[in-house]
Amino acid sequence: MPDPGVSGAEPLSLAAAWGLVPAVLAVVAAALVLGTVFAIVDNVAINGARVRSAAEPFRTSLRWLIQQRRTTLSPDRLLWRAGIVAVPVLAVLSLAVVPIGGRTLLTTSADLVWFNAMEALLWAAVWLVGWGPNAVHALVGGYRFLAQGLAYELPLMFALITAGLGADSLRTTGIVAAQENLWFVVTMPVAFVVFLASAAAFTFWGPFAAPAGADIASGVISELSGVDRLVVQAGRAVFLGAAAAMAVALFLGGGAGPWLGEPVWYLLKTFAVMAAVAAVGRRVPLLRPDRFVEFAWMVLVPATLLQTLMVGLLVIWGFYP
Amino acid sequence: MLNELSVVAVAALGLLSVAAGVAVFVVDSMARATFALLVSFLAVAGMLLALELTYLGVVTALMMTIEMLIMVVFMIMFMMNPAGLMPMTMVHNGRASAAAGITVFAVLTVGIWTIDWPSRTGSLPADSTRQLGGAIMGSHMLVMLVIGIGLFATIISGTVLATHRGRYDRFGADLRNARPKDPTGGGLK
Amino acid sequence: MSETVILQLILTVAAALIGVGLFGALSQQSIVMVMMGLELIVNGVILAAGAAWFFLSPELPDAQMLVVVALVVMAVEMAMGFAATLAIYRARQVDMVDDASELSG
Repeated sequence: MPDPGVSGAEPLSLAAAWGLVPAVLAVVAAALVLGTVFAIVDNVAINGARVRSAAEPFRTSLRWLIQQRRTTLSPDRLLWRAGIVAVPVLAVLSLAVVPIGGRTLLTTSADLVWFNAMEALLWAAVWLVGWGPNAVHALVGGYRFLAQGLAYELPLMFALITAGLGADSLRTTGIVAAQENLWFVVTMPVAFVVFLASAAAFTFWGPFAAPAGADIASGVISELSGVDRLVVQAGRAVFLGAAAAMAVALFLGGGAGPWLGEPVWYLLKTFAVMAAVAAVGRRVPLLRPDRFVEFAWMVLVPATLLQTLMVGLLVIWGFYP
Repeated sequence: MLNELSVVAVAALGLLSVAAGVAVFVVDSMARATFALLVSFLAVAGMLLALELTYLGVVTALMMTIEMLIMVVFMIMFMMNPAGLMPMTMVHNGRASAAAGITVFAVLTVGIWTIDWPSRTGSLPADSTRQLGGAIMGSHMLVMLVIGIGLFATIISGTVLATHRGRYDRFGADLRNARPKDPTGGGLK
Repeated sequence: MSETVILQLILTVAAALIGVGLFGALSQQSIVMVMMGLELIVNGVILAAGAAWFFLSPELPDAQMLVVVALVVMAVEMAMGFAATLAIYRARQVDMVDDASELSG
């Protein structure tokens, strides 16, 4: 039973239980699985449930892997490469605080802030990917991402902190433990939806794909080719997979469930969240960042604040154990 | 109480933070200067993590990243040469500034190495995050209240300074327009 | 290495950050670069406060609060700095500190 964090004692981390290297390898493997599954689910949502949809991510990855890399005139190679590498690294690092099988790779006393910080560092990575190639469409895409970031960041922060408030802990293991009786999604539906929408926004996927939009020739990723493209696209898929896993931990009770083991339930729920996100996200039209900013600030920020207030009142009334 | 690994990490991050800080004013490209500053912040955030200030370390990384990326917007807006493709120097008073910087560093360093530092009085808390949260909501609430008011005042005065459009521009001289006239329509009133 | 020496080394790093930041804030002409210098100074303050907490009084939250205040100072400096820059630029197309010297004597 993970410690809910009230006593302040540290729960055992994966790194402490298995040793650092096996734990890191396990998290990287989990990241690859989550990213691959999301890519397949996403393809199924677009092309329908056919065998080709399931094979498509592998086929595309292989093509990018053997494709020759092209470059642009006087790129800022250092910053470009830094941004490209950072995308998958941050995705894996954000997974480090997701409690897969009841334990997290790292255990910090501020897991939620850690997840948020990795997503904030993604701003830097995406902007660098746009800046690096010295190309106009890529740069426009990078700035669209920043505009979108300013829109979703505050609602995302409030959504995250609402789960922490309900559990009286910033540790993800503590939050899972606090949902023993009732999943947080029941009392925090707004935070749950905003969290998943923000996940789509920070990976600029689905309705939030304007930074890589067709109107600017796929924008921020337009100049990526070969391995670079594979790395960035894989990083986005892993990030979305990690966000789905995080949503399960924060709002859907983690690995809790009857009969089957904890990891099995955890993965099943994560795949269900991915399927729901893909099914809904691929049916919503593209949102323009400049318009979405106003909606985010005028509607989402007050809505998430009210959600936090409501949860705060429930905490005071002793609703949560 | 720092183990050897932490000491090595702190030393490496310390050197990195200073080197990146110097790089801010050495590189030609504004983009590189901004991200050198970010590296300096992240190095300090890493040192805070090694010093068991988990929450503060992570939140420093979070805040500074977003801040640097907002800076990047202004950089392209105001700088005539953001990529540094045509190197130029934009400094004034270089020698006096360097003297001031070195003097301050020297004075501080002499102080640091001559003061008789006390040894640690208590022991580390089990959870520094909880300690900080308890202080914010308890013994140090006044600090937080003042910070909150300060930030609120900043939001208002920053908006007033930065925008040149008010409600009369948006809703007309008699405030009767049904829909605001904005450069970018956000779809809401 | 004794704890005091480690503290002194970390504080020296903080002093170096403050020195470099001061040089930048005084020498740069572009307002954006001046603000980067100021940020480096506050960065040094954050590091010094964190080290003071760990090595001198970890049982008290005061040094942690100092870091929080420094972070807020940085946010305020950034917001007001860019707001002022925008206001000056809008009024007179000026983005260099040499041209914005009404307050100098």
